[in-house]
Amino acid sequence: MTRSTVGSLARRLFASQPRQAAAAQAPDAINVEIPVPFQLHLLQEGPARESVTSREELVKMYRDMFRIRRMEITADKLFKSQLVRGFCHLYDGQEAVTIGMEAALTYEDTVITAYRDHATFLGRGGTVHECFAELMGRSTGCARGKGGSMHLYKPSNNFYGGWGIVGTTGPLGAGLAFANKYEKKNNVAMAIYGDGAGNQGQLFEAKNMAGLWDLPLIFLVENNHYGMGTAEWRASKKTTFYDRVSYIPGIKVDGMDAFAVKEATRFAKEHCLSGKGPIVLEADTYRYHGHSMSDPGSTYRTRNEIQGVRQERDPIERIKKLMIKENVMREEEFKAVDKEIKQEVDDAAAKAKDDPNPGEEELFMNIYKNDSGLKTYGCDRNMVRVQLP
Amino acid sequence: MLPGIVRSSSRHLPCRRSLTKWMSVRNLAAASGDQMTVRDALNSAIDEEMAADPKVFVMGEEVGEYQGAYKVTKGLLQKYGPDRVLDTPITEAGFTGIGVGAAFQGLKPIVEFMTFNFAMQAIDHIINSAAKTYYMSGGQISVPIVFRGPNGAAAGVGAQHSQCFAAWYGSCPGLKVVTPYSAEDARGLLKAAIRDPDPVVFLENELLYGENFPVSSQVRDPNFTLPIGKAKVEREGTDVTITAFSKMVGFALKAADELAKDGIKAEVINLRSIRPLDRETINASVRKTYRLVAVEEGWPQHGVCAEVCASVQEESFDYLDAPIERISGADIPMPYAANLERLALPQIEDIVRAAKRACYRSK
Repeated sequence: MTRSTVGSLARRLFASQPRQAAAAQAPDAINVEIPVPFQLHLLQEGPARESVTSREELVKMYRDMFRIRRMEITADKLFKSQLVRGFCHLYDGQEAVTIGMEAALTYEDTVITAYRDHATFLGRGGTVHECFAELMGRSTGCARGKGGSMHLYKPSNNFYGGWGIVGTTGPLGAGLAFANKYEKKNNVAMAIYGDGAGNQGQLFEAKNMAGLWDLPLIFLVENNHYGMGTAEWRASKKTTFYDRVSYIPGIKVDGMDAFAVKEATRFAKEHCLSGKGPIVLEADTYRYHGHSMSDPGSTYRTRNEIQGVRQERDPIERIKKLMIKENVMREEEFKAVDKEIKQEVDDAAAKAKDDPNPGEEELFMNIYKNDSGLKTYGCDRNMVRVQLP
Repeated sequence: MLPGIVRSSSRHLPCRRSLTKWMSVRNLAAASGDQMTVRDALNSAIDEEMAADPKVFVMGEEVGEYQGAYKVTKGLLQKYGPDRVLDTPITEAGFTGIGVGAAFQGLKPIVEFMTFNFAMQAIDHIINSAAKTYYMSGGQISVPIVFRGPNGAAAGVGAQHSQCFAAWYGSCPGLKVVTPYSAEDARGLLKAAIRDPDPVVFLENELLYGENFPVSSQVRDPNFTLPIGKAKVEREGTDVTITAFSKMVGFALKAADELAKDGIKAEVINLRSIRPLDRETINASVRKTYRLVAVEEGWPQHGVCAEVCASVQEESFDYLDAPIERISGADIPMPYAANLERLALPQIEDIVRAAKRACYRSK
């Protein structure tokens, strides 16, 4: 059995088990305590304070988080060498959110997020190469180079992007959940947005309809406390997001603890699929980089704060300590894994750098799905006239 | 209809005198080496208007403590305080509505959109609450508001961040829509917009913010304004008229340099104002050159150039010696890849080629 099938087997076993069955564990099960209590809104009971995992899952989670970290650090370098243009919003620091949530979801569940999407794309099964190629505008990118950093997609794994306009993932995610319910699929949709988006009117509209129609929808707030340069207390009258509406339950979770996020997501998925309607998860997390590569990130936060979070709450360090304590891997093994993944990421970047630009014919492709006979034009309408295929 | 379609070349064109005046002022400025970036032009315009009129205030995302996403509002929070420079949450529909409501009561908000793409969340308030109100109320409620921010393509920002909104806003009665190019345009038009009692959509361009332009002492005067609704002839010529606005003015001027090498003297018109559109200046120019290339960065269908073409064929049909040429953005969502983006946006060679075609110098 390959590691990936063991991993997916473990995920299916543990993800679908109700909380009470934690007692009936596989012999190599490892129990992880979740120290920070969940804060609950309109719920009598919350997620389990203990997560049941395995060596395989721990190793996979570490590798996945470390891969994201290396990918984002490399993306920073690529942007500074001008191989990546436009906007580039990095996720380093927030790894536990996407990896924790994916540990409780399957690729049959749908996920939609905003522009800080490189890690979410990886969590949904995208490769580092596809991501880098897209960032560099190459034809091998996941959107054929036509989307860019903010527009990564993988609908084959039910990842619906990749959106540049703040707040839109609320209604769009509700639409994904609506479709799941309409087709009677036993799957949830996860609509991800940030604290900066938390006051958008369209989120309240989406929450109202999701509640009204009992949509199997998890609203996940990645609260990294800063909406671009504006701290949450300067943008929000109420600085919590899990309890914003009085008719949808919510859970606030330590977003730097991958197992807390996993248990909260598992609880939320169960809640939705048992017909109880939507739920909000607020993950308390942190981004090390500024809002984007054009923002140093230090004019509105102190370097002490950033360093402090890195030293005390880093999600990768946390899982590493746990794995050492549980004898899952030793320090030397971590060094070897780190080296391997760093090489993997560097190779992906090198490969993407050599990939070709999209061909000129791509300019007029994919405007419509059914576009036969339509005429369109380039900048000089007397020179470039195209009849769409 | 322009007063009297007369073919006589001795007919005096009123705009010519002011043209000459502008040309000499510009040369004076260039000679003295006094320059200003568009960013500083905008910043100083807002600063001076806020100093002169306590009803003027600024609101938008990151305009205060962050000093402006593109630093256009740098220093204003420190100077005027948080009551007059407001950092808003990321809620365009809400804060635009708040701005319009404040304007109903006579305050003069300057609402910044980080880009006009995000203003789509607020477009109901811009059109339905701001543009139409003076008319709907029978002249009782005016809306002295300015909506400003970067418009159009930047560099590699993808489909959702690159749209040009000049045509959409330009079609709406009740709005005034201006598109500065140079630092002088930025200062004069923004001051005029802030002083204007009607809602003004002020479309800037991110890539122009850092560009330096010569400015005279007249331009630096705190009471310097430019009239909204008047285009500027940036460069005189006799063989073909090129109209453009915003960043494309720079491209048109460079195209004119190229054309001059082939003996074609192009007249470049900086529209400055999309609504009202200066049909007089455009038509007067075409009646002199007999040929027109209309340039814009946005999409072609129902674009600004379509209106320019319509105006010229309505009012100066008999003067045209060649079909009107349009150079615009490609009729596609903006691709991200650099090579595709270049093909999606007008380049100097496109303008040159179209001008030559209009002059029957090439196919």
